Amino acid sequence: MAEITMTEALNKAIDEAMAEDDGVFCLGEDVSAKQGGGVFKVTSGLSEKYGEHRIRATPISETAIIGAAVGAALAGQRPIAEIMLMNFVGVCMDQIVNHAAKLRFMSGGQTPCPIVIRTTTGVGVGFGGQHSDMLEAWFAHVAGMHVVTPSNAADARGLMRAAIDANDPVVFIENILCYGLKSEDPGPGYRVPLGKAAVATEGSDISLITYGRTVLDALEVAGELEKEGISVEVIDLRTIAPYDEATVLASVNKTGRAITLHEAVRPFGVGAEIAANIQEKCWDTLKGPVRRIGGTFAPVPFATHLEQAWIPNKGEIVDQIKASVGKT
Amino acid sequence: MAEIDREKLLDIYTRTMKVNRTDEKFRELLMQGKVAVMYYCVRGQELVSAAAMAALEPDDYVVCTYRGQGEQTAKGIPLEKWWGECLGKATGTCKGKGGTMHITDPDTGIMVTTGVVGSGLPIANGLAMASQNNGDGRVTLVSFGDGAANIGGFHEAMNMAQLYKLPVIFLCQNNRYGEHTAYADHTDSPDISSRAEGYGMKGVKVDGNNVNEIYPAMEDAVAHARSGKGPVLVEAMCYRMMGHFFGSDFSYMPPEHLEEMQAEDPLPKLRAAMLERQFTEEELDAIVARIDADIEAAVQHALDAPLPDTDEIYKDVLEEVN
Repeated sequence: MAEITMTEALNKAIDEAMAEDDGVFCLGEDVSAKQGGGVFKVTSGLSEKYGEHRIRATPISETAIIGAAVGAALAGQRPIAEIMLMNFVGVCMDQIVNHAAKLRFMSGGQTPCPIVIRTTTGVGVGFGGQHSDMLEAWFAHVAGMHVVTPSNAADARGLMRAAIDANDPVVFIENILCYGLKSEDPGPGYRVPLGKAAVATEGSDISLITYGRTVLDALEVAGELEKEGISVEVIDLRTIAPYDEATVLASVNKTGRAITLHEAVRPFGVGAEIAANIQEKCWDTLKGPVRRIGGTFAPVPFATHLEQAWIPNKGEIVDQIKASVGKT
Repeated sequence: MAEIDREKLLDIYTRTMKVNRTDEKFRELLMQGKVAVMYYCVRGQELVSAAAMAALEPDDYVVCTYRGQGEQTAKGIPLEKWWGECLGKATGTCKGKGGTMHITDPDTGIMVTTGVVGSGLPIANGLAMASQNNGDGRVTLVSFGDGAANIGGFHEAMNMAQLYKLPVIFLCQNNRYGEHTAYADHTDSPDISSRAEGYGMKGVKVDGNNVNEIYPAMEDAVAHARSGKGPVLVEAMCYRMMGHFFGSDFSYMPPEHLEEMQAEDPLPKLRAAMLERQFTEEELDAIVARIDADIEAAVQHALDAPLPDTDEIYKDVLEEVN
């Protein structure tokens, strides 16, 4: 089987969904061929194939982009709206939170809002405080939407198809540093169901629960610690909200220890919610407190060494795991 | 200007009085304490809503605001469902989960009622974009007030609609107040309609209290949008003859403003226009009597209707997938 990058995986998923359903269309800044097919090339080649009505390059107007996606979805279409960088959701939160997420409920089920909001972010590329944040917790806190992020190219292909199929809004987070990751191509029609975590590697001493780019760190650490006799089970949530509670709890009940790990800042984060839930539901099997690892509670800094100090690193993950299992 | 077709005029009158009598009934129920919910009165703006809805086809889309009773009832939401929703009953359009500020009835084209000022405009673009994509020939009308013209989404939506030549009508009901702030205290430019020019869009300003002005303007705007020429901004000058919401203070309105608005009340003017076209007092009274009877029956139906089950709070959050 051929290998594909995450960029190619996303492109293929969107391409095949557009080929199958005339109601699927993309809108966002710089997405068509006239602007180079998207700043990260995810929509490359699609305007040539489907025309500029279905790959709509928009003005820099995030509220109008999401509003248009909401309206088109109410009329039965399946828009894929791109917010170029995740921090820019601050410009259009009203459309996402007050409208996209709530219209199914507030209409008594009459107007579901099947939109995919693709957005890119990530710490580690020197973009500084307004282009780097992982803001998944903002959306995980809102009823009425899914929040998804892939950690590898195959999942990216499968999650994107599932997100386009979904009859509710999906915030689809792509990490800049993951676009070049390669997987074996799972092929056309591949889907990863929303709400299903993956056990990225099995282990018996501790559960490390994470998602997105930090899955790579977690797997690396798990490989290193195996040599020291510590068996780490890595859970890749894939869908952050609503998350796969059954897989998480089963893993923790097996290992008796848990750490949550994400790039987003630690306070009030997704890890805090999962940790609280584990402590409520796995109290009898827990051998110690659930620990949380996350970004520093400060804006993302610019200088490389500051940025690296800000982000959770492998050393910190190793230390926390050893402290948890009692080996220092 | 061509005279409005007699049948159409009667249609506009009927819709106007449906809006007005619904508003009167709502205020009566609130005054009597039979109902205790948020309600945004439409007294003074009945004709604008009625004329706009009369210019649309039944399957055209409408997006309105919390002050949307006029669009909703004039577009034709069945009154039993409308009252059911306003009273929070299981029989309401949204099973009692939306309420007065979030009436939705896709069967009659009421696609969204937003409680957030200005948020309807970007959504209207999307409905119109879907029509442009699939060629269904529909137009989308979005109604909003003068206050909404100063929120960022207005600007983003106007620019995008014109850029794509979307079949959308932006109906600004300039009722001279944004919440409790008078027009002159929130906007320095003399009108909203002239902003259209800045987007390359067609903009018109009309007297929303005069049927012979507002209806032809709406008909033209709808024809323009439907023909593929792009969006239109219609600024309909009208008055909000009550406070921002039922029960809210409006003693801040200056006496000269109150006098001006009484003189411009669209209802006596419409009645006079009807009589001028040889409709009789008896005919017009009979229409109002029929509307009142329909409203009475719908209110009673809603009062007698069951409350939604409490487990409704868990339903329609996300699609239930088995």
